[in-house]
Amino acid sequence: MEAFTEKFGIGQPVRRKEDQRLLIGGGVYTDDINIEGQVHLAFLRAPYAHARINHIDTTAAAQAPGVLAVFTGRDLEKDGVGRVESNINLKQLDGTPIFKTQRLALPTDKVRFAGEPVAMVVAETAFQAADAVELIIFDADQLPAVVTARAAGAQGAAVLHDELPDNCALHWQNDTPDAYDAVAAKAHKIVSIALTNNRVVPVPMEPKCCIAEMNPGTGRLTIYAPFQGGRRVQGAVADLLFDGERDKVRHVSDNTGGGFGTRSKIYPEIIAVCYAAKSLGRTVKWLGDRSETFVSDLHGRDQVNSAQLAFDADGKILGYRLETLVNIGAWVTENGARLAIDGGGRIVGGAYDIPVLYYSCRNMMTNTVSTDTYRGAGRPEANYIVERLMEKAAHELGIDPQELRRRNFIKTFPYTTQMGMKVDCGDFAACMDMALANSDWAGFGPRAARSQAGGKLRGIGLASFLEGAGGRPEETMRVQIQEDGSVNIICGTFSHGQGHGTVYSQIVSEKMGVPFTAIDLIQGDTDTAPAGASGTYGSRSSQMGGVAIIRACDIIIEKGKVIASHLLQADTAEVTFEAGTFSARGGSVTMAEVAKAAHDTRRLPDGLQPGLDETYHYTRDGGRDDQSFPNGCHICEVEVDPETGAVEMLAYSAADDCGTVLNPLIVHGQVHGGVAQGIGQALCEHTVYDEETGQLLTGSFMDYGMPRAHHLSHMAAEFNPIPSTNNELGVKGAGEAGCCGAPPAFVNAVLDALSSLGVKHLDMPLTPNNIWRAIHQAKAEGETH
Amino acid sequence: MSIEVSMKVNGKPVSAEVEPRTLLVQYLREHLGLTGTHVGCDTSQCGCCNIHLNGESIKSCTIFAIQCQGQDVLTIEGLAEEDGTLHPMQQAFWEHHGLQCGFCTPGMVMVACDIARRLPDADEKTIRHELEGNICRCTGYQHIVEAIESGIKAMNARG
Repeated sequence: MEAFTEKFGIGQPVRRKEDQRLLIGGGVYTDDINIEGQVHLAFLRAPYAHARINHIDTTAAAQAPGVLAVFTGRDLEKDGVGRVESNINLKQLDGTPIFKTQRLALPTDKVRFAGEPVAMVVAETAFQAADAVELIIFDADQLPAVVTARAAGAQGAAVLHDELPDNCALHWQNDTPDAYDAVAAKAHKIVSIALTNNRVVPVPMEPKCCIAEMNPGTGRLTIYAPFQGGRRVQGAVADLLFDGERDKVRHVSDNTGGGFGTRSKIYPEIIAVCYAAKSLGRTVKWLGDRSETFVSDLHGRDQVNSAQLAFDADGKILGYRLETLVNIGAWVTENGARLAIDGGGRIVGGAYDIPVLYYSCRNMMTNTVSTDTYRGAGRPEANYIVERLMEKAAHELGIDPQELRRRNFIKTFPYTTQMGMKVDCGDFAACMDMALANSDWAGFGPRAARSQAGGKLRGIGLASFLEGAGGRPEETMRVQIQEDGSVNIICGTFSHGQGHGTVYSQIVSEKMGVPFTAIDLIQGDTDTAPAGASGTYGSRSSQMGGVAIIRACDIIIEKGKVIASHLLQADTAEVTFEAGTFSARGGSVTMAEVAKAAHDTRRLPDGLQPGLDETYHYTRDGGRDDQSFPNGCHICEVEVDPETGAVEMLAYSAADDCGTVLNPLIVHGQVHGGVAQGIGQALCEHTVYDEETGQLLTGSFMDYGMPRAHHLSHMAAEFNPIPSTNNELGVKGAGEAGCCGAPPAFVNAVLDALSSLGVKHLDMPLTPNNIWRAIHQAKAEGETH
Repeated sequence: MSIEVSMKVNGKPVSAEVEPRTLLVQYLREHLGLTGTHVGCDTSQCGCCNIHLNGESIKSCTIFAIQCQGQDVLTIEGLAEEDGTLHPMQQAFWEHHGLQCGFCTPGMVMVACDIARRLPDADEKTIRHELEGNICRCTGYQHIVEAIESGIKAMNARG
């Protein structure tokens, strides 16, 4: 018994049980599914970024070979299809609520971004559907487009929604600036920075896809689509197409090829495909290719920040002023206008004690696809700002950057931030020390000299960060022990790469002494997901789902004790449970024996229900404010070629406190993946819309700079685990920390490399072109001064 | 117009009536039901569709099925032993946690076998450059690179 908990229990680097089938090509992603009798759907997408629709002529398309139906927004409107509205309830300082859009899956009045779906064809084959789309005549009057947050706020800018003449859906402020102004007035030094946080595309490797299977007999719709937990899509489709009758809608997903937040959202395409299936009483399949996925997936980041820190003479922060413009795109989506506030705002001052805060956030609407949750969801942006600012402040104050950070770290816990979040624990200085040691920071000098001898400029950069993870403060899990002693974990969280099947099994194996291999995960089906289950996002599955599993196991063990007492002829109070065995009065029975008895009513004590099957709905005690707070310090070392501006990442050291590490192999993978996405944003990823036409210019892997293996160096990831006090597993969430630490560490490293050339400021991405221009601009400025 | 295209896939003769414009990846997925080969882009950039054609790794989205008439194709489904024993490269990906969501994995494993064949002494840097045509969004590549280093050693040892 001990052998396998030692090998498969909590904290062990257990290899994943989900890998075998994925390695032999046995995974089932949505496009791998084909259902007898299915027909195919293709969308016509708006060729303009902004246009008033006059008429959509579908006559020729409807007569094309194989075509079963052509639908526009008018059809959806006529059939009473509901409109998607955000549930954000944030208000402006004067109490005015956020502006919300009511979005029909296919618009009838205007198109508001290039690539917005405007009509759809259903045909017998995918080729026929695609051919018929070409025959639709889309008659619209083009309007001027606006694609950046700053331009959207300018006088005379194009207006997306007539009811919102200033394009600002929400100007949120935590307070008036008075308190900050007061401390700034007596500050020893005020340090300011202006930054652009570039827009990125999430890019899960599986393109968008949806199959809607209509069962005409039952009137029930089954949706197959990549999704980070089906309850949301089930609810949305039920609300918009089935008068809220959730039983009419089922969502199924076996494998999902990456999520990163963008696969947790309700897309108009899904509503449209389901509408088509319901209207035709057929199974309808739509496969969006990579190009469609680029133009229509919700994007991430896209902020413009203006920030100030006020310091006293000792380098202690007196106050923080932050003004942010967020480009939320054409529609107010589920989270877009909330990210910088509820997401980034959680930890707006990063790892530092901020006594006074003024935070203003304007959420601007533009003719681009909306931005919404992308790995980190506001926290990478917030950490980036404060870490760039601290680095700059250190230089302006003449204090060593590490020392300035140490002086200002949050040191007393629990610590309540200016936004009301309670940070329970952490040791930021210890993480920094660990990263400094692992990166051999002290030995940087000779390495830089070697680079210089080779004509290169070497730099090293550091970033501390604070994350806030956990999301919705409730989750339900069901643990079911079968007659043969094997265990099913039945859930509504959804593993799309995180290895929940392995990690949840480790928890159950450790808790109940059941062999790791006898535990199965049942996920990805709203018919089996327990009531109250939510999904996977916000680094929450271990800390929410894991705790619900533990508590369900506790109830099972208590019931097991009652059964064991009956089998052992003892009192329940005498029964103990350890490592899978119930013992009393010198006798013992295993969990498997108890499970067998639990399924045999003749062997149960009177009045006890058969089975060992418990569902636990866990609600986090402190609600939203008591999240977990992963944190860490990341150090990056780079080399810049001053002739070409090319940056090479040479080394990376991550010291992470993500609380208790359930499986170091998997958590390392999460750190690496997050860092790679952070480096991607900082080095090469950039989403460009043409400022005149509003067309997406980076709509394929030919134009959009995905990070590839050779862009990245080896990453050394170490842990400094300080268990969270907000959940009994002590976990803090590991998925999103990497992309919080990487962008500022990387950019600070490049700034360090270029400091001898007089380069003082850079905005991401640090492409050779941008670096080369910064070098030459600094040179020109140096010559004029 | 349909034409008959025949070839050998994973050691077995196969044949299907397809439109001439059918790509090899479509032939494998849609006509043979071999859905382990994935399509992650439409510009031949991502490498999710890598297979072996006559022993060499290619992207199966860049070639028509008809061009492979009579030739020898190996897909991810044909890599492990008949009894289910994983190929050393698959085993290495498992041991080193070289996959997360698994979507890029078949292409990665197929290209990794090709690297092992061509460059049995490949070091970390070489492997990273050899992976230029394969995109992974989950792993940050590190465990993939470690898996390939280890898989190459295992393949060398096997001979």
